Amino acid sequence: MTAALEVAVTRQIGEFELDVAFTVESGISVLFGPSGAGKSLTLALIAGLMRPDSGTIVINGEVVTDCEHRLHVSTQARRIGMVFQDGLLLPHRSVLDNVALAVRQASGRPARRAVARSWLERVGAEGFAHRRPGSLSGGQRQRVALARGLAGDPALVLLDEPLSALDSAVRRELRNLIREVIISSGVPAVLVTHDAEEAEDLGDVVIAYNDGRVTGRRVVARPVYPEPQPGAPQSTEPT
Amino acid sequence: MKRARTIAQTIGGRQKTAVIVVTVLVGFGLGFGVAHLMAGSIAYWGVVSGPLLLTLRVAIPATVIAGTAGIASGYVLAKGRFPGRDVLETLGSLPIILPPTVIGFYLLEVLSPGTQVGGFVTRVVGHVLVYNVFGCIIAATIAAFPFCMRAARTAIEGVDPLLEQAARTMGLPNWLVALRVTLPLSRRGIAAGLTIGCARALGEYGATLMVGGDISGKTRTLSLAILDSFTTPERNTMLLILVLMAITAMTGVGLLGRSRT
Repeated sequence: MTAALEVAVTRQIGEFELDVAFTVESGISVLFGPSGAGKSLTLALIAGLMRPDSGTIVINGEVVTDCEHRLHVSTQARRIGMVFQDGLLLPHRSVLDNVALAVRQASGRPARRAVARSWLERVGAEGFAHRRPGSLSGGQRQRVALARGLAGDPALVLLDEPLSALDSAVRRELRNLIREVIISSGVPAVLVTHDAEEAEDLGDVVIAYNDGRVTGRRVVARPVYPEPQPGAPQSTEPT
Repeated sequence: MKRARTIAQTIGGRQKTAVIVVTVLVGFGLGFGVAHLMAGSIAYWGVVSGPLLLTLRVAIPATVIAGTAGIASGYVLAKGRFPGRDVLETLGSLPIILPPTVIGFYLLEVLSPGTQVGGFVTRVVGHVLVYNVFGCIIAATIAAFPFCMRAARTAIEGVDPLLEQAARTMGLPNWLVALRVTLPLSRRGIAAGLTIGCARALGEYGATLMVGGDISGKTRTLSLAILDSFTTPERNTMLLILVLMAITAMTGVGLLGRSRT
């Protein structure tokens, strides 16, 4: 089986040196460690927003970065979805348009909007589809950001501390939602957090980071979920 | 002011254009009416209408050309990473600093069929570009361009680059990121630049005089006509029209600038 993501990169920024290598399979893999450990930098390298000094990145069997051969596939061509810490929704567009813009698998505005609507329903955000992001609460914004990250049929979804700007009650609520939606979608995910409880609750695998290095890897014991069937209603109940 | 904000937030794109047209017309009407009351006569329309309409024929295309070129070059200056970027901006900004007569002189050198360069340009274009309305439009465009360019650059640089990065992770190609993210988010600054550029085109004098020639009925714009009629009663009408047009247009644009983000 092809790994969803293979990373082996180095990157020097001032005094800080990132030198990591890990593999991600299906489910949610959590990059866990203290602030400044290089977790978000790793996500930026995977997304193609920055270039490593050396190494390779392979997403779903496709080499997207290979420094030795000067290969750097653009962010747009990587088929990734990304959920940022504070959502980063486009403030001049409606919630529906924000999600519809990310839809790559459908052509034409009505088709893209239909896909966007279905994703907004899945994250419980259909009620504010026509509102602007500025009028939403932090939790609502992150629901929309999650829908946007998954709406483009990505090969991999990256979540950069998606809950860190929220209060604890909303965090708990969204934690369940994130896990439920990502697992039911079948899209492998890499999530960054410095919160141990969050790493435990969300991750199938926890990859520990410290000072720019991977210091450990642990599989989290979880109930077995059914494989998502194309066209069938998604179930999130463990078997 | 609160009421003005409410209006700006509720009206759509077409209504906004209508507001601008109406405010300019109101300015014109006020100018004409007040001048009439002050001078006690309404015999100025024939004198004023020609220069006024010519000014609009010059300022509108000049603003469109300067705006388009200004936004494009502002984008390149804001986003491009190449040597000589600052030199290019300085060159583009020269019309702000140079006396209009100097600009007029160089424009004559470049456009006049009697000069080497101008002769070549005239042959290429197939049309004489001085002492006619084209010369006036070129002079007004050059005058308006730096305001549009500088405002666009500043506004585009002010857009959060993280939002552009987020758009790229959504698969949008760079040109769509520019059209759907960068330019919409910098529209207020760009609109301010276009407003000042348009005002500059409306009031252009020195270069227009040299390149256009102040020919009555052909190249005599409102600002040239004001000087020509300085000793006659018509000047009151023209002065008031310009002042009140400027005030009402700026009020209208200011009102529209408060539209929601």
